Amino acid sequence: MSLGLLGTKVGMTQIFDGEGNVIPVTIVKAGPCTVTQIKTKPIDGYTAVQLGYGEVGSATRTLNTKEPKTVNKYLSNAELGHLAKAGAAPLRHLREYRLHDTGSYQLGQQIDVTIFQEGQLVDIAGTSIGRGFAGNQKRHHFGRGPMSHGSKNHRLHGSVGAGTTPGRVFPGVRMPGRLGGSACTVKKIQLVKIDPEQNLLLLKGSVPGKAGSLVSIAPANIVGKAK
Amino acid sequence: MNIQETIRSVEAAYLKSDLPEIYVGDTIKVGVRIKEGNKERVQPYEGVVIAKHGSGINSTITVRKVFQGVGVERVFLLHSPKLDAIKVLRRGKVRRAKLYYLRDLVGKATRIKQRFDRPL
Repeated sequence: MSLGLLGTKVGMTQIFDGEGNVIPVTIVKAGPCTVTQIKTKPIDGYTAVQLGYGEVGSATRTLNTKEPKTVNKYLSNAELGHLAKAGAAPLRHLREYRLHDTGSYQLGQQIDVTIFQEGQLVDIAGTSIGRGFAGNQKRHHFGRGPMSHGSKNHRLHGSVGAGTTPGRVFPGVRMPGRLGGSACTVKKIQLVKIDPEQNLLLLKGSVPGKAGSLVSIAPANIVGKAK
Repeated sequence: MNIQETIRSVEAAYLKSDLPEIYVGDTIKVGVRIKEGNKERVQPYEGVVIAKHGSGINSTITVRKVFQGVGVERVFLLHSPKLDAIKVLRRGKVRRAKLYYLRDLVGKATRIKQRFDRPL
């Protein structure tokens, strides 16, 4: 229940710590984000802060209607109107962060990487890399059949159940299908370094998605904390 | 700033600027920082560079020497703070980028001809 930040994954590299050990890091360009809406208990039933990220500019396109209209190329007028209430520039991504107390935030306020401290643990939410229609070796870490000695079973999944009884395949049997491209959160990643000038965060290890994909960085939500 | 420039700007703070130019075939002396308890000392390691790998902050060299009749190969991360200093002792004349064939040779056959056109 604390405010996070939206950002773009830049890529991975490695840096050295004080003792000379190598730390693999992912670079994330985070923020600055604009507070685009503050949700309150009486109106919305819960309290949260909505952040916007990713300026789209003012490029236009012409609608093919009876009387041609010129509108923003990326956002609808409804979205633009919502952002105009906060006095924000046209932003592509909006995300809410549930907070107990939203008192210290105002509409249009800029949030940047200085809300984090170096060494802090954070949760990263993003979209995992899409792998299309994948077989069971890749999707469910099945073993493989013998490649030789007359074997014709190389990458098949094997039996999916018994015969006449029950006469059907039970739901939930692991089978090939779409893999990746889904929401994915990696918890308790160490924030190694912050660069406020370039709005960069250096996170230890890997984060979901390809370079250029949208990620959300929020302070780690530690469940079952010691009393 | 594009992706490559951003990554390079992060790495820049960790790159060494005083590295000598190292070629495959050179005989070099590397000072390795070793921590024992809370004392730190520098252990020298001398051998022939048989391979270079990677670029930028990820660049490594493989240094081979024969110690007490046993071949030893160590891979050094060039920009690591654990490397104290690298000194080129001798430039070697070789016709390969990777000198893995030295692993199969012993004694006199492992000698590498010296070249004089590159400064130390």
